[in-house]
Amino acid sequence: MAASTQTAQQVQELADDKYKYGFVTDIESETAPKGLNEDTVRFISAKKNEPEWLLAWRLKAFRHWLTMAEPTWAKVGFPEIDYQDSYYYSAPKGSDDGPKSLEDIDPELLATYEKLGIPLREQEFLAGVAVDAVFDSVSVATTFKSKLEEVGVIFCPISEALEKCPDLVKKYLGTVVPYTDNKHATLNSAVFTDGSFVYIPPGVRCPMELSTYFRINAKNTGQFERTLIIADKESYVSYLEGCTAPMRDENQLHAAVVELVALDDAEIKYSTVQNWYPGDENGKGGIYNFVTKRGACRGRNSKISWTQVETGSAITWKYPSCILQGDNSVGEFYSIAITNNCQQADTGTKMIHLGRNTTSKIISKGISAGRANQTYRGLVRMSPKAEGARNFTQCDSLLIGNECGAHTVPYIESKNKTAIVEHEATTSTISEDQMFYLRQRGIPPEAAVALVVNGFCREVLQQLPMEFAVEAQKLVGISLEGSVG
Amino acid sequence: MGNTTSTPLVFVDGFDAARPGLPGADLSWLKDIREAGIKRFNGLGLPTPKLENWKYTRLKSLEDTRFQPVTDEDGMAALDHVPSLLPDPGGRPRLVFVNGRMRPSFWIEGDLPSGVHLECLRDTLARDPDWAEAYLGRLTGDDHQALVQLNTAMMDTGFALRVDAGVVIEQPIEVVFIGGLTNRPVAYFPRNLIVLAAGAQATVVIHHVGMGIGAYFANTVTEIDIGEGARLNHYKVQAETRDATHLSTVHVNVAKDAAYEAFTLSIGGRLSRNEVSVRLEGEGARAGLNGAYLMRGSEHCDNTTVIEHLAPHTTCREIFKGVLDDQSRAVFQGKIIVRKEAQGTDGHQLCKTLLLSTGAEIDAKPELEIYADEVKCSHGATTGQIDETALFYLRSRGIPEAQARNLLVQSFVGEALDEISNEDVRHAFTDKVLHWLPAACFRSDEWRGK
Amino acid sequence: MSKKKAKKMLEIKNLHVSVDGTEILKGLDLSVNPGEMHAIMGPNGSGKSTLSHVIAGRDGYEITGGRIIFQGEDLTGMAPEVRAAKGIFLAFQYPVEIPGVANTTFLKEALNAIRRFKGEGELDAMQFVKMMRAKTKELGISDDMLKRAVNVGFSGGEKKRNEVLQMAVLNPTLAILDETDSGLDIDALKIVAEGVNKLRSPQRSMLIITHYQRLLDYIVPDKVHVLAHGKIQRTGGKELALELEEKGYAEFDEAAA
Repeated sequence: MAASTQTAQQVQELADDKYKYGFVTDIESETAPKGLNEDTVRFISAKKNEPEWLLAWRLKAFRHWLTMAEPTWAKVGFPEIDYQDSYYYSAPKGSDDGPKSLEDIDPELLATYEKLGIPLREQEFLAGVAVDAVFDSVSVATTFKSKLEEVGVIFCPISEALEKCPDLVKKYLGTVVPYTDNKHATLNSAVFTDGSFVYIPPGVRCPMELSTYFRINAKNTGQFERTLIIADKESYVSYLEGCTAPMRDENQLHAAVVELVALDDAEIKYSTVQNWYPGDENGKGGIYNFVTKRGACRGRNSKISWTQVETGSAITWKYPSCILQGDNSVGEFYSIAITNNCQQADTGTKMIHLGRNTTSKIISKGISAGRANQTYRGLVRMSPKAEGARNFTQCDSLLIGNECGAHTVPYIESKNKTAIVEHEATTSTISEDQMFYLRQRGIPPEAAVALVVNGFCREVLQQLPMEFAVEAQKLVGISLEGSVG
Repeated sequence: MGNTTSTPLVFVDGFDAARPGLPGADLSWLKDIREAGIKRFNGLGLPTPKLENWKYTRLKSLEDTRFQPVTDEDGMAALDHVPSLLPDPGGRPRLVFVNGRMRPSFWIEGDLPSGVHLECLRDTLARDPDWAEAYLGRLTGDDHQALVQLNTAMMDTGFALRVDAGVVIEQPIEVVFIGGLTNRPVAYFPRNLIVLAAGAQATVVIHHVGMGIGAYFANTVTEIDIGEGARLNHYKVQAETRDATHLSTVHVNVAKDAAYEAFTLSIGGRLSRNEVSVRLEGEGARAGLNGAYLMRGSEHCDNTTVIEHLAPHTTCREIFKGVLDDQSRAVFQGKIIVRKEAQGTDGHQLCKTLLLSTGAEIDAKPELEIYADEVKCSHGATTGQIDETALFYLRSRGIPEAQARNLLVQSFVGEALDEISNEDVRHAFTDKVLHWLPAACFRSDEWRGK
Repeated sequence: MSKKKAKKMLEIKNLHVSVDGTEILKGLDLSVNPGEMHAIMGPNGSGKSTLSHVIAGRDGYEITGGRIIFQGEDLTGMAPEVRAAKGIFLAFQYPVEIPGVANTTFLKEALNAIRRFKGEGELDAMQFVKMMRAKTKELGISDDMLKRAVNVGFSGGEKKRNEVLQMAVLNPTLAILDETDSGLDIDALKIVAEGVNKLRSPQRSMLIITHYQRLLDYIVPDKVHVLAHGKIQRTGGKELALELEEKGYAEFDEAAA
């Protein structure tokens, strides 16, 4: 492939300059010894030149982690994880490792990229072709960067933020998801290697979606990614995570942590499209996606909105949540989860109403096909002080075929008589009538399923930024391939 | 799992001493299941909030109080009348238990048709042990429920109702359990068996009522088998005292084209839990599982239900309404499971709770577990307070606020009461709700449901 | 498109169809030429809907004997979407709701699927919108209906007009109208009939399935067949419909008894 060779050359040319653009951390190509102990934690911290307080925090987390049990309440099954049989620090692969070109890549993966209409250069990146540097148009990246700097937005790897604005990191890190939170998050606190840091100054509306930028640049943040986003007073940011094409990745366990903080009158919109490797039709391989995502609406009138499209991973364990502390604050959760073949997903949200007149809305659309099992698990809690709080929840499940399962487990806790909670859930299937109607109009079965499912998910798809929504729609169809006779 | 509480298990200590006096002490098969029960209970321990389906209910009263077994003397406590639920027992059959002991003088045999056997557990074990062996402990599913295991070991009272094929009992059968007339905390363990053969029909009204003062603990297990095309209406009022602990576990098997209709009205008890598991085993089986809970003071009431659809074209409807005043707390956990075989299932569940006071708390967990695709299943849950607009509307029509509130609570609970198909029982339950309302200044005879 | 003008549009020979082991059609014969409009009338339970479904290829109908030939091709075993692509359109008695899917999205998907099948290029968004505008204008259908989810919250009349619109867009060679008059008041019926009449052409045949004669006041058929007890019992001109209106189906009940 001529195009890929050309790209490889560009990459090579850029390799020497790569640090100049600031988004790739300076680390030597080195790997920590296999296994997990205090030395591993110290090694990571030292490699990243971290301040003393952070190392101390990591160690506290690690020691606590040793005392913790694996969460077992989710409706997922997998063999016990051997935490000692893993590497916790490895530098990004150089051009000697990994596939040399797209020709070395699984053709099925490439076929999917094709269907999604992913540009060739991005395909290489996504497939893990040895692109160790910023391969895309450098000028685009720098333009973005200067535009953000102009308005004072800080958007960089956490490791870089520790040098640039250590006080901000120290002030907020671990305040939404404490290092004691749950086994996966605690592990992340001990060994996180990188992730993004975003700070939006007071009164600033972030001039662009922090998506395109991320998609081009973030890579190999790997197994234990940590994201921290702070929206200061009266600011706004929309952040997009992940990409719509399946990521080639050898790591089995992903335990990421995302913390969001919204101050007075600030708004954070966080969208995720997750399409990690789901394993094969028989459930062999695939990513364990054990993610802790939580946002704190600390300020009055603040708002945090989570939108997720979860179609990948062998196991998804994820509950993006909102702590509604500020009076009149708003939490939203829009979710599409698709499980096919042998995938398992246990996902949902928590809305913790603490402030007065706080409101939350949960729209969850789950689609289960093949032999997959999926659970919506959600908590709505109205605390005694949440005067006038409101929640509305709508959970719909769609089952395709008779080998899969769809489960709904909402927890509703109200300690305030003025709070109103409304929860509704339904389970249905694609009816034979619908299939015949669509096919009678000339639409083949798989396209018919995709059409119905996209209709079923519409309310959530509408929440995604436009360019993302189009790919997400295609993804819905691709994820369900093979689910009908 | 293991012992999940550190409190010594009082009932285990007392088991050996109590055993010789328990019904059916001479039956070896019963001895075996009692022993297996106490062993398993000892292994499980009392349930604690660490167990997922005990997340919201802690058996605090059992940890604090050393309950003692009841004696025959407790059973003969002075009692001048029986608080009958249905207005005129007349020819209606009625069984009365006082402090867990059958009270023969209050027993009304009633006009039961032939083919119906109604007696206390002790008599059944003496008269027809083979029949008892065939059912006792057969419907309680696996052995994970500690309270069922405890009851199996300790069962000392209860009744058995057996209806032969095709026999229809028109009159509701009332069973009254009176508690609270003792000078020390006592525990008793009723075990009830209801077996309806094919095509049989019966209505059973269970009335748990506390009189007097003093703590007591009733741990009831009821096993129900409904044969093909049979129908059971199973109604219950739980009106225990504010010192009482009332724990009840019901297991029901519903065969092909059979129907189970239940209503549980909880209006009293320091700590209560009504756990019902229904298995819809035959094609076309139906269940209506409804209830209402009205709590005040610091009462705690837990309704936990599991409806499992195991056969095609099975149906369930579930409506629970709750009204919580003062610092009371209620728990609703309702699970609908649809197994792969149960294509064509139609299931709907609704749980609504009104909080009347700051300090009251509801924890609701409606749950769907679906493994079949051709199903129609849904659930809904709401919590909130009395609708201010409706309140204003009534007041603007001249109804004083207190009465208007009562009226709105009545209409709220009425939606659930309407599900009771037996008219006499519906009226009786409606009256119970009216009596529960504060300052019963407003009682209208017109308002008795439909 | 068939090259020979003389070729039959639809030829059904001795068709036997069972549903769950019960025989519904018991040796049905029917022959329709290009451009003709045939009405199939019959009492409830005579097999009218079975006939429409089996021509469109719905699952669950077992053909135990006979054949359905469409433009010279045996339809047996052909998937419904392939039949649609070859030009068979069924206007449903009860149009199905597809929540969340806009009418335009659905039509574009359907039209392009059919075009792909025929080896014609897909219409792009602009071409499609232009074409839709022309069709809605022609049939007097508001744009509002296009934006709404397929049949969701549509009145009975709207659902049937939507079926006619789909027919106009997909441009079939054989259209089967299954009880199109059911659930419509007289005004709605007129509007739908008007739409159907606009779509009559020498290249297109239509099969009108109905219980009542009143639709045939507005859509005048070339031939009328009476279907009862799984067979065509009588065939005549449009006057046969009027006769049925007067006498009912009693005659056919006795005939088969």
